[in-house]
Formats: sequence, structure tokens, C-alpha cells
Amino acid sequence: MRRKSVNYAKYGYLFSLPFVLAFLVFSLYPIIYTTVIGFTDLKGLGKTTFKFLSNPFQNYQAVLKTVSFQKALVNTAIIWIINFIPQLLLALLLTAWFTNNRHKLRGQGIFKVMFYMPNIITAATVALLFYAMFGYPKGPVNDLLMSLGIIDSPYYFLIHKWPTRGIISFIQFWTWYGQTMIVFISGVLGINPELFEAADIDGASGPQTFLYVTLPCLKTIMLFTLVTSMIGGLQMFDIPRLLNLGGPDQSTLTASMFIYDQAFSGSYMYNRASAASMILFAIIAVLSAILFYIMRDKDAIRLAKEKKARMKAWKAQRRAAR
Amino acid sequence: MMSLKYLVCIILSILSILPFWIMVMNATRSTPEIQQSALSLLPSKYLLNNLNILLNKSFNPLTGFFNSLIIATGATVLTVYFSSLTAYALTVYDWKLRQPFFTFIMAILMIPAQVSIIGFYQFMYRVHWTNSFWPLILPSIAAPGVVFFMRQYLLATLQLDIINSARIDGARELYTFNRIIIPIMKPAIATQAIFAFVGSWNQFFMPLVLLTDSKKYTMPIMVSLLRGDIYKTEFGSIYLGLTLTVLPLFIVYFTLSKYIIAGVALGSIKE
Repeated sequence: MRRKSVNYAKYGYLFSLPFVLAFLVFSLYPIIYTTVIGFTDLKGLGKTTFKFLSNPFQNYQAVLKTVSFQKALVNTAIIWIINFIPQLLLALLLTAWFTNNRHKLRGQGIFKVMFYMPNIITAATVALLFYAMFGYPKGPVNDLLMSLGIIDSPYYFLIHKWPTRGIISFIQFWTWYGQTMIVFISGVLGINPELFEAADIDGASGPQTFLYVTLPCLKTIMLFTLVTSMIGGLQMFDIPRLLNLGGPDQSTLTASMFIYDQAFSGSYMYNRASAASMILFAIIAVLSAILFYIMRDKDAIRLAKEKKARMKAWKAQRRAAR
Repeated sequence: MMSLKYLVCIILSILSILPFWIMVMNATRSTPEIQQSALSLLPSKYLLNNLNILLNKSFNPLTGFFNSLIIATGATVLTVYFSSLTAYALTVYDWKLRQPFFTFIMAILMIPAQVSIIGFYQFMYRVHWTNSFWPLILPSIAAPGVVFFMRQYLLATLQLDIINSARIDGARELYTFNRIIIPIMKPAIATQAIFAFVGSWNQFFMPLVLLTDSKKYTMPIMVSLLRGDIYKTEFGSIYLGLTLTVLPLFIVYFTLSKYIIAGVALGSIKE
């Protein structure tokens, strides 16, 4: 007797449907809508009707020419670099210490909990806390520096460009190095232990093992961290906005703040903001493509490579036989 | 060498705690005390005084707390349930578009809210959903990162025999998922639920754009009010307001820290 066969494939579609619907309604449609608005004259509080511009790229040209948008991109890059390089170095150093089996560091669990802690605190709260900490003329940091004799009179950090950028970079560094470290450590734990045993047998020192065995194996994870951190950096909004409203003199204005200010203050230029969003989207898309390439399925690529190599060998054989 | 390592780790730990310690201490101190010296490692006795000043103005921690609680809870439940369901569809069933759909999820992993915010705002404005919690909750149904994580988990732990025997017993597919798969996925769900909750709770950009009615303000929006002129010289109250917003997160973090750290480690890609 033949059993009635059930076709289960439809459940694959059915169970993915909520995800797809939510994505279409709340992501794709708004993205398309934003793209469209970027080519129109839509501006003014509470307006929803628009006409297409005769020069479709007028908003894009205007945004790219706007000094504050250029500043925003430069600031984003500066703040990100000042935060990422020390973050990466410290995370690597701590990873080396935490994964050194010969001299086991105790209390690792507690240290991880402490290092990661700032990451879960609301960014808005952290920004305001640092705003208060760097208060002028009275603030905890100024009081500390004066009592240590480093400065004679209070220093107004938040009216100076580089100190303000430095504070934002520090906050980013402080909230993320713990996460980066934990990710790196789990990456090291995923490395084949035989590699370390081999290094051990060959008499490699701790630093040598780290430099020549661990680091090369962490390359993918480091690249992944780099790209995700860059994409995260491009979205920076809460901290620069609440620390100093992008000031002084727009020195901490970021791309996301530019979009927000264009659309939700002043003359409510939804069209310009949309064009800026699309430029940001293009930058993020390029970075995501790089990330996607890094994370691509390794096995599939190896198989494809092997197949290619086999084809090559086969062709060479044929040529030799001729 | 070892003691240097411990020293660095201890200094970094202090660096994590110190700003919050100063914040809590200053929350108990009066404005004149703070103006005298803003740096104190010991508490004073003006906590209630600061609380009175704080609550007499626009800062309303209870409203913010409950609004954030509603949004974060709703978003978390939707994220973990539907991400698990989508991951289940991706691992258990053999359907034609399975691989393309997974590729698609990977491709949209990194799209931030900022790039669609204008369209999103206009859309919500037209359907009269500004000042509603729905646009802050419903998009959580599509969380590509969580789907990715759940799929990894299912690939590593799920045995198809369980599903087959459930089918022989005559269980319907959704029933199998709800009653058999969800319990299996509990550890992964717990981890992702913590991150989804904290992520939603801390969200600032979207609520700032959408919510204009002060009765609907979330906790981070309440926090941003502390920067305004109304609290200009009430330093103690500002610190207390900040403390009130950090307190629930501290409680969550230090009770669940073990799972959170494990979750961060798992979230990384493995070669």
C-alpha cells in the first residue's frame, strides 16, 4: 500500500511569511519611499504630497555640496579611527593575556563582566553622564585634574573641537573594547588546539605563538569586527547628539545627525534628508558587500576551487596526451 | 609580568565602574555640595530632596519606565518567536527558495534604520501611527541577525527524528514547532531575548523621530530631557535621573551577566 506523501515544502514558505511581510512593510517599502522622496520637492512640517523635480539629482547635488554634510562624513571617519585603533590593540592585548595557558590569569569571568558592562547601558544615559562628568567650571573630571595638579584652572572641554571629538571616541572605545575582546577570545578558543601544541613543541615563546599562530587565525574575525564597527560608526547618533549637539562648530556632527537635522528641524527638508540617507546607504552597502564576501560560505568556495583545479589538471592531461 | 596584567585589568574594571559610582554618589548630594567638589566617592543625604526636584519637572521616570517596558517586551517576544520560526523554516523544510532566502537574510543583515527613516516617518505619519508604540514593536518581527543566530543553533542541536516521530503521532507542523522545538531552543531564545530587550530598551533614534507626546516618551527620551534648561543647575537631580535610568539595566546585567557574556562570545562567527 502506498502512503499518501505529504508535501512539507509549503511550510517553509508559510513559516517565513511573517518575516518577509514585516520586512516588506517596515523596511523595503520605507527604503523605496525614501529613495523616491530623494527625487522630489517634499519639505515642510506635516507635508506628505510631493512633485518630482525636473533635475532628479538636485537634492543629491545640494547635499554633496553642503559643507556640513562633508564635515559630517569627515567627523565620522575621525571619531571612528581614534576609537577603533586603540580598541583593536587593547582587545588584542587582553585576548593574548586571557588565552595564555602557561600563565593563567585568574578572575577572567569577573573581568569580562566588568569590561563589557558599559555596552549595555543606554547610550543616551552614557552621553549625558559624560556631559556632566566634563562639566565646566565644576565637574568631576576638572576637579580630579585640579586636585592632581595637572591643570591650574578648570578647562572647558566641550567648547574645544578635538577634546570633544576625543571624548566621543573615548566613549565609543570604552563601550566596545570589551565586546571586541570577548569575540576575539571566543575566536581563539575556536582555533585547532593542535596548532598550539605544535608551536609549543617547536619551542615558540608566548608572544611568538600569539604573533605567528593566533593572529593569522583571527584574521577573519578581525576583518568582521572592522567592518561591523565601521557600519556601526556611520550610524553614530545618540552620543554626539546628547553630549554636545554636534558642536562645537559642527566638529562632532555625524551623518545620521545631519539626516535628522535636515528632516526634523528647521525647514523640514525631507527630500534633502532622503538624498543624504541614500548616500549613507550606498556607503554602507559597499561595506556590507565586503562583509558578505568575508563571511561567504568557506566550504562552497573550497569545493568550487577544487573543482576548478581538477578541471585544470584534466585539461593539462589532455593537452599532454595530444 | 603577571602582577602588571592584574593591575591593568583592575584599572580597566575601575574605569568601567567609576563614572557610574560618581553618578550614584552625586545623586545623593545637594547642588551646593556638588559645586564645592563634584568628585566624591561617598554618599551624602540629599537623595529625597533631589528626587523631589527631579519629579516636579518634566522628567517622569515611571512613565518612561512603563512605556519602555511595553515596547521592549513586545519587541522581544516578536523577535525571538518569529526569528525562531523563520530559522526553523530555513533548517527543517526543503523548499526551492530556501538558499536564496538565506542569502537574502545575510544581505539585509546590516541595513540600519537611518537609511529608511524619512520614508518610514512619512509612512507612519500618513497612517497616523506617530505617537503609537506599534512602529517601535512590529518591525521586530524581521530581525535578520537573530534568524542567523537561531539557524546556527538549530543546525547544531536539532535532530530531525524528533520531528518525524511527532509527525507519525499526527502532530501538526505549527504544533510541533510550538510544543517541541521552542523548548529545545530555550537556551538560544534566552540569550537572544536579553539582547533584543536591551537593544529595544536603549533605542533612541526611532522614538525621537516618532514620539512627540510626552506621555508616550520612552526612558532614553526622558533621559535626553535632563540636558534641557529646566534642570540647568540642579546637578544632584540630573545625576539622580541618570541613576534611575541605569538602575534597571544594572539589575538585569548583574543577574544575567553569565548568559550575556556567553551570548556575546557565541554571537561571533566561527571558522
